[in-house]
Amino acid sequence: MVKKSPIILALVSLLHYSEVFANEAFVRSNINLRTGVTDISQQVYDLHMTIFYICVVIGIIVFGAMFYAIIFHRKSKGAKAANFHESIKVEIAWTIIPVIILVVMAIPATKTLIAMEDPSESDLTILVTGSQWKWHYKYLEHDIEFYSLLSTPKEQIGGQWIKGDNYLLDVDKQLVIPTNKKVRFLVTSDDVIHSWWVPDFAVKKDANPGFINEAWTKVNEEGIYRGQCAELCGKDHGFMPVVVEAVSPDDFDAWLANKKAEKAAAQAEEKRLLAMNMSKDELMSEGESVYMGYCAACHQQNGMGLPGVFPALVGSPITTGDVKAHIDIVLHGKKGTAMQAFAKQLTLKQVAAVVTYERNAWGINSGELIQPKDVHQLLQE
Amino acid sequence: MAEQNSHYYVPAQSPWPIVGAIGFFLVAVGAGNLVAQLSQTGEAGWGRFILLVGFIILLVMMFGWFKDQISESRAGLHNAQLGVSYRQGMSWFIFSEVMFFAAFFGALFYARMISVPWLGGASNNAMTAEVLWPSFEAIWPLTTTPGGTTTQAMGYWGLPLINTIILLTSSITIHFAHTGLEANKRKQLTLMLGLTILLGMSFLVLQVEEYIHAYQDLGLKLDSGVYGNTFFLLTGFHGMHVTLGTLFLIVIFFRVLAGHFSPDNHFAFQSASWYWHFVDVVWLCLFVFVYII
Amino acid sequence: MNTLTETASHDTEHHHGPAKGIKRWIFTTNHKDIGTLYLWFAFIMFLVGGAMAMVIRAELFQPGLQIVEPHFFNQMTTVHGLIMVFGAVMPAFTGMANWMIPMMIGAPDMALPRMNNLSFWILPFAFLILLASLFVEGGGPAFGWTFYAPLSTTYSGDSTALFVFAVHIMGISSIMGAINVIVTIWNMRAPGMTWMKMPLFVWTWFITAYLLIAVMPVLAGAVTMVLTDKYFGTSFFNAAGGGDPVMFQHIFWFFGHPEVYIMILPAFGIISTIVPTFSRKPLFGYPSMVYATASIAFLSFIVWAHHMFTTGMPVFAELFFMYCTMLISVPTGVKVFNWVATMWRGALSFEVPMLFSIAFIVLFTLGGFSGLMLAITPVDFQYHDTYFVVAHFHYVLVTGAIFSLIAATYYWLPKWTGVMYDIGLAKLHFWCSLISVNVLFFPMHFVGLAGMPRRIPDYSIQFANWNQLISLGGFAFGLSQLIFLALVIKACRKQGEPVPAKVWDGAHGLEWEVASPAPYHTFTTPPEIK
Ligand code: HEA
Ligand code: HEA
Ligand code: HEC
Ligand code: CUA
Ligand SMILES: [Cu+2]
Repeated sequence: MVKKSPIILALVSLLHYSEVFANEAFVRSNINLRTGVTDISQQVYDLHMTIFYICVVIGIIVFGAMFYAIIFHRKSKGAKAANFHESIKVEIAWTIIPVIILVVMAIPATKTLIAMEDPSESDLTILVTGSQWKWHYKYLEHDIEFYSLLSTPKEQIGGQWIKGDNYLLDVDKQLVIPTNKKVRFLVTSDDVIHSWWVPDFAVKKDANPGFINEAWTKVNEEGIYRGQCAELCGKDHGFMPVVVEAVSPDDFDAWLANKKAEKAAAQAEEKRLLAMNMSKDELMSEGESVYMGYCAACHQQNGMGLPGVFPALVGSPITTGDVKAHIDIVLHGKKGTAMQAFAKQLTLKQVAAVVTYERNAWGINSGELIQPKDVHQLLQE
Repeated sequence: MAEQNSHYYVPAQSPWPIVGAIGFFLVAVGAGNLVAQLSQTGEAGWGRFILLVGFIILLVMMFGWFKDQISESRAGLHNAQLGVSYRQGMSWFIFSEVMFFAAFFGALFYARMISVPWLGGASNNAMTAEVLWPSFEAIWPLTTTPGGTTTQAMGYWGLPLINTIILLTSSITIHFAHTGLEANKRKQLTLMLGLTILLGMSFLVLQVEEYIHAYQDLGLKLDSGVYGNTFFLLTGFHGMHVTLGTLFLIVIFFRVLAGHFSPDNHFAFQSASWYWHFVDVVWLCLFVFVYII
Repeated sequence: MNTLTETASHDTEHHHGPAKGIKRWIFTTNHKDIGTLYLWFAFIMFLVGGAMAMVIRAELFQPGLQIVEPHFFNQMTTVHGLIMVFGAVMPAFTGMANWMIPMMIGAPDMALPRMNNLSFWILPFAFLILLASLFVEGGGPAFGWTFYAPLSTTYSGDSTALFVFAVHIMGISSIMGAINVIVTIWNMRAPGMTWMKMPLFVWTWFITAYLLIAVMPVLAGAVTMVLTDKYFGTSFFNAAGGGDPVMFQHIFWFFGHPEVYIMILPAFGIISTIVPTFSRKPLFGYPSMVYATASIAFLSFIVWAHHMFTTGMPVFAELFFMYCTMLISVPTGVKVFNWVATMWRGALSFEVPMLFSIAFIVLFTLGGFSGLMLAITPVDFQYHDTYFVVAHFHYVLVTGAIFSLIAATYYWLPKWTGVMYDIGLAKLHFWCSLISVNVLFFPMHFVGLAGMPRRIPDYSIQFANWNQLISLGGFAFGLSQLIFLALVIKACRKQGEPVPAKVWDGAHGLEWEVASPAPYHTFTTPPEIK
């Protein structure tokens, strides 16, 4: 079995490849670094190619010499071994010459690096916070903030649905920035180390909890740019994309205004909810979607968690005990564990719904309903 | 005695290494379980028994191994080359211990010179302080952590200073024990060695005293932020080494009483004394970097 | 005591054989037995770690989650890395050292034979713990072989304590092994075996052993701090207590970078032994080889932060580490040039050890080139934590370290067993490995450059085609190693032509002056060094 199956696989895919090589998708698929859409990313690309070519040349010379010896100095061809085994002159030469080559590489590298590490005089500052497993963006000058979550449907990942074009590279709310402005990113994290990476900007900065790293970009072209979290951050590290949309400064201002209006509307909605009671169905359906979006990554869709890593919610003393403790852990998380505070991420309604859901789903049916105002009350205390 | 005629000496098979390996295994499993259990349930589970058995096996192993070694050595089986091997082995072992402490000193220096100042906004971290820790003040000793835990710092006056003097004295006494041994003055040897052991023990007693003082009066605890962390791990590992060193010396002491060692054949004594000097030097570094500055 | 008097008395010809049965292996103090144990242990670990790599490759065969859960995938990646590094490559080199160093320097055995036995027997237990931790609730370590805090502290599973103690005891094993090598080389050389006459394999191991005793204790310190951070409330790696997660990385890589040279310096020694043999010409530039090895070892202590360019260090630090890292190319280049110069105008023949050595030189250098590209900080921002890095280190580790080990096995196996292995199978093994390993690792450069991060169980569809090819290469490479397994077993069962003392006509060195198979005790009186 072990022996057979890879062979079959190999045959099948050989067939497959003959099609694939002619396939357009294959031609499109990149095999090199991209030039990107900023001056810096262009410089980085040039640097990459320069070093690459230098290595190719050195490789050709070294292996050229070696293969020459392999072909012409072989015993089977009657070669007699010489007996030399040192030459100070050549040895000095092949020590000095590489040093010179390295210096030649180091000069442009140093220049580019210094430019990359200078985030001063920016036009816009965005605080980027990683948390398991989503990104939070806060426009410091504009009092706008939101979370950005993977929006690829579970069914695509599980293979039930056909995978979309931007499989794993789509989010619900993307970061929007203006083109031709120097945008400064302050990168940090709430829990473990993540790394915020957009290949087209040549920006990759680790998000270290408790510290803030700075990076910047100035995008030349409008468009949507996709990247991923680039530091192992736990179970769903592979499902933490970064999507940035660069728009013209005017569109950006319009977007900002729109966001502000949205925010005001949301606040009004919260107020309205406080005064009313939601029905069980409403709470449960809202709760389910929140649960699947925010909680299932750890506590699993069936509420059983991953024993030893994430606790089961079914039958847990907290979900079966006092409601207050339940709401409290959702709002404030538990310090020093992966259970994060959701007060900032979820609305009152969402918290109420998800708590209701956890107390009534999976066959528990405690019948307890939690209303937004209950949550609000707890927040006030 | 064929092997003695030849230049080389190869020790025979021995059961002790595998016993030791099993001991290590049980210690690792036991400790792993104990620690995990403690943190989950607050209670020690079966791990502690395994750990205990592991330690006992390790002790038995050392006892048996050294016993064989000693009788072989006293039977004159060892040659000079083996003696050199032992000495070199011991010195490189001590070097590796130095590197172990270096890791913790590295952490101390990093915390003092990099992470704490950075949290306070130094270097390229202005925003770290401004956005995340606006009220944090970067000072060392770190008496208030960014998270708000507070503690008092441990001064060097008093117990630590006394302990320094004790250890320094003990280095001198062990030295005289050695010269005594080399000059075949057994009395001086026993006396000085005994004195060293006493000094070592008093160091340990005072160290415990100091820990109690830290916990009760200063609120300086293992979890009081990075100052407490480095303080307790450095002094703690040092204390463990002093304990081991003292035990080592006690064993040597009994061997001296039993008439072991000669002016030119006393590897075990020598390595105990090297070890003791090493522990002493580590303390000096500790005293300077942890307590004084 | 009994055993001692017994062996000492009944044995007048110095050539007493091994003890009988299982006791031989458990109680042994014989460097050859211990070497054999190390080598077999390493080989088994290579298969186990390889099987985990197969799980990784099977999951990555297609986009989407098919075979394993992400959490389990992370455990596979982590344990694959740990096992290959600490369970396969390092013990294999230690096995080579045990077998060959005493023979090469004319010593009767290692300097501290009983400790030698202890160093070995700790290892199976350490890996038993590590592997068993995969089965505890919550699974084994899932934080990468680099176990960055706080993923390995606050956010790790319950098995972390087991992981920490397993690393502790394997560290003890490595340190004891290294001390043994150092003392053997300092103290057990036959008269006349001066420093600059030592075979290069001995030299490279000597320097490697220093790297080991200098950095393994630091690793022990790092795991200890992880332990206390996770379980005892310290905050070395927690900003709220005044620590810094990046401090972990500094401590880890202070160990970790020298560690990667620990895995390659003995390989350099092996290649420097094999190439002259089959070129029938002395090694070119012996002294410069020694100095180059020493310089690499020295530089390896001051480049560690090249793994951390994206952590936000100040610019001057980034520049410092970039320059130092680039400098390592110079002594490494000296080695490559010396090998080529050794082949130049030799009388080359291409026995299997030589084939693997040539593949080593070419493919290791390729991995070195990508290393140099990674060293360029601004570009590393793009490469970091992508498959480009994975490609780099598999070129230096698989076609570097592992190929050198295979070459060494083909070179010395006849000396160990007394018979020539099946050369046809060996050639088949070479060609299968050579082709599949490149199908496996070369396209990783492409997907890496195109932007595929490492340590992910699923990827976006633009990487699908290459990953499929990579996985196929992986399966083929894995299967090819079974040829090797079969061949070695055959040779160990003495199926093959008996060989003379000097197996290769161009070979030099003391190991070729004793009979094949090498007698249980090689030298009981010091040999003469000409
Ligand atoms: C055997 C192991 C081994 C070896 C020998 C090397 C060798 C080198 N490595 Fe590699 N490396 C690893 C194992 C190894 N590495 C591993 C395991 C990782 C990943 C760890 C992890 O994150 O999990 C890694 C990661 C790694 C990184 C971090 C990448 C990242 O995460 O972003 C960097 C960056 O600088 C790097 C650089 C180098 C360099 C410059 C060398 C140099 O030593 C190479 C020198 C050799 C040559 C350059 C070729 C020969 C020279 C010539 C022919 C002379 C002329 C050449 C010139 C002048 C250009 N390595
Ligand atoms: C010396 C070290 C070494 C060696 C030899 C290898 C060998 C291999 N490695 Fe490994 N690898 C590492 C060290 C090593 N690796 C490290 C340090 C990491 C980083 C870990 C981390 O990120 O933390 C890593 C990570 C790593 C990854 C990235 C995982 C990720 O980022 O998620 C991948 C992916 O393809 C991979 C693949 C392979 C393959 C296919 C082999 C093959 O060469 C293996 C071939 C051998 C066999 C297959 C065994 C023999 C055959 C059998 C047992 C029979 C069964 C065979 C079949 C079913 C076909 N390795
Ligand atoms: C990143 C992982 C993660 C996510 C996402 C997450 N949790 Fe948790 N949760 C945990 C962990 C870990 C614990 C256990 C904390 C502890 O050690 O006490 C926990 C504990 C809990 C508990 C207490 C259970 C118990 O028995 O201790 C509840 C209730 C809970 N989470 C609800 C939620 C809800 C509701 C959401 C989503 C809105 C959510 N969690 C999202 C990781 C997570
Ligand atoms: Cu976040 Cu990886
Ligand atoms: Cu490195």
